[in-house]
Amino acid sequence: MPTRILHKEVLIPGKTSKLVLDAPQIARKAQPGHFVMLRVCATGERIPLTVADANPQDGTITIVYLVMGKSTSMLDTLGQGDHIHDVCGPLGHPTHIEQRGTVVCVGGGTGIAAMHHIAKGHARAGNRVVAVIGARSKDLLLFEQELRLIADELLISTDDGSYGRKGLVTELLRERLEQDKDIFEVLAVGPVPMMAAVAETTRPFGVRTTVSLNPIMVDGIGMCGACRVTVDGKTKFACVDGPEFDGHAVDFGELRRRLAAFREQEAVAMQDWRASHEQ
Amino acid sequence: MNNKQLPRVDMPCQPAVERRGNFEEVALGYTRDMALTEASRCLQCKKPLCVTGCPVEVPIRDFIGHVARNDIESAYRTIKTTNSLPAVCGRVCPQEHQCEGKCILGKKGQPVAIGRLERFVADTHIASSACEQVTGANACARPLKQRKIACIGSGPSSLTCAGVCAAAGLKVDVFEALHEPGGVLIYGIPSFRLPKNVVSTEIDGLRGAGVTFHLSSVGGRTVDVAELLQDYDAVYIGVGAGLPIFLGIPGENLVGVFSANEYLTRINLGRAYDFPKHDTPAYRGRHVTVFGAGNVAMDAARTALRMGAESVHVVYRRTRAEMPARREEVVHAEEEGVQFSLLCAPVRFLGDAEQKLCAVTLQRMELGEADASGRRRPIAVPGSEHDMPTDLAIVALGTRSNPLLLKATPNLRLNARGYIEVDATSGETSIPNVFAGGDIVTGAATVILAMGAGRRAGQEIVRRFAD
Repeated sequence: MPTRILHKEVLIPGKTSKLVLDAPQIARKAQPGHFVMLRVCATGERIPLTVADANPQDGTITIVYLVMGKSTSMLDTLGQGDHIHDVCGPLGHPTHIEQRGTVVCVGGGTGIAAMHHIAKGHARAGNRVVAVIGARSKDLLLFEQELRLIADELLISTDDGSYGRKGLVTELLRERLEQDKDIFEVLAVGPVPMMAAVAETTRPFGVRTTVSLNPIMVDGIGMCGACRVTVDGKTKFACVDGPEFDGHAVDFGELRRRLAAFREQEAVAMQDWRASHEQ
Repeated sequence: MNNKQLPRVDMPCQPAVERRGNFEEVALGYTRDMALTEASRCLQCKKPLCVTGCPVEVPIRDFIGHVARNDIESAYRTIKTTNSLPAVCGRVCPQEHQCEGKCILGKKGQPVAIGRLERFVADTHIASSACEQVTGANACARPLKQRKIACIGSGPSSLTCAGVCAAAGLKVDVFEALHEPGGVLIYGIPSFRLPKNVVSTEIDGLRGAGVTFHLSSVGGRTVDVAELLQDYDAVYIGVGAGLPIFLGIPGENLVGVFSANEYLTRINLGRAYDFPKHDTPAYRGRHVTVFGAGNVAMDAARTALRMGAESVHVVYRRTRAEMPARREEVVHAEEEGVQFSLLCAPVRFLGDAEQKLCAVTLQRMELGEADASGRRRPIAVPGSEHDMPTDLAIVALGTRSNPLLLKATPNLRLNARGYIEVDATSGETSIPNVFAGGDIVTGAATVILAMGAGRRAGQEIVRRFAD
């Protein structure tokens, strides 16, 4: 079903935008942790994107994307009032949220947007939320204001030190874990190396660590097995068993290799699109 | 008019050397002369056994009689009384195990080519009723009653149920999870075996009969059974098969190992054969291995050839006699250059330095005693391990039930295998007025069995709500 873009906010010019979509059917069911599958146009590829926010009253969902290849480049050409060719969801298991105490939500890059929805869920459930976000520099940091509204604490790091602590989110996380022994869960959404690093940081502390995985998907509804990941030595399908898994048990190396399986074709598609787009 | 001494009329096909390089339909269909000749072979039995072999009980003798008299429209209407998708069935049914398997002529010679005649009748009707297709008028449409039916999924069983209900004047809404209707007919069966326009024509026919399609609507997610029951008098669950079964051997998650579902979905639903005009890519392999020997395995093997593979090996642990695929598909695959490594089973997949698939270790098998399925059990020959180079492996072992709708519908009773339990005659589930059929009840089976289930449930729904 064509889905209308009600509002577009450019977060990082040419790279990342936030879209508010008119999707009442999805909004009434969407919970933190869910994702949608979308195709930008009739000849487009189905791609998964995490739901960054949902408002059942208004019938809207929010998605945030990073321009990576052809599909997201095409998506970035759309503006307010335009339609995405089809959007399907909500898919995946929602985040397991219960009132337990203090949770640390770590977000990196575009993953901060997805983490925001989960942090919001924890805050609503009455948990104390410590949000930790990081980016290469200040202008690449997303959702700071939104997180300030819901998090009890917001810790920020940038690689170049242009804002917050200079360094990686894992350093902030380690310090926090050393100070605070009551943290019941650490949750991470972001690039694969960042999620792997978070899992390694928490491992010595024995804190439950949940990561939200982003493997390649084709249908997203449990039919094809493209999104299989190895967790604790067993094959799982991220679309129906996940997308969240125990970060201490995920084979991140395999995930990274499988994410690169179509790199050559992705480059061809991107080149082809650039050539036709620049004419 | 009976000419039983005539030989069965062959189906013209694209030459194997040409077709292995394109996605056009392989079997070209009968001409009118061929159809009339073949129809004249039918004995017009008083008690036609062929009908008993058909899961939807097409009045086969009667439609063939119409063909023999060159009255193709009457033949079409006769088929349509029980079968809403004749152009599909004429192409993909395993006729040798069904109608044609029961044909008396088959006892001594060759049975009447019922499937080919059904296809001829459906195609001729579609070609001649082009105006009707364009205007959307449909002679079958009847004034709508107030009653509403929801079908979840839009594969063959749901489409059949929808067709039966719509023809009786019920308002039908179909909810499909993918962005295109047709289920396995679209994402699974390749266009060289079932052209996509054949499927879309049948679906347009249903639209003409008043069926509404809601796409990108996932049963158990976007819509669920309990909600639908508030708005609809009955719900039919035909969500099809789900998670692919893998071999469970080491190396299965290497880059280069795919389920047949993924490989075929990329190419059929995503049109990856037309990449980069369509954005979905397919993984290219020079030396392809396919594991399994059913119709899906044949589809995957023949698709890999068309995608430019230098060699394609179907690896199967039993022999040709036990292959579950439709005979015609095996013959077509072989003609096109697919090779068969029989009595072989995979042991492990091997990766190169970058952890991309480069070979598979196989071991030889021999057949022992018959197992529960009645087929002789394959037993590994000790010391027979050997490596076969391959850079694309496609696993076609079937599927398990899809958990999405089942988990969202906790009061739906399942059987021991995890599929939906239904009443054998009505197709009703443990929830009143909720029916189910097709692969989500039987496990992976054929298009026509799914249609049979859709028809039985549709008839029961009509009996309850339209009469």
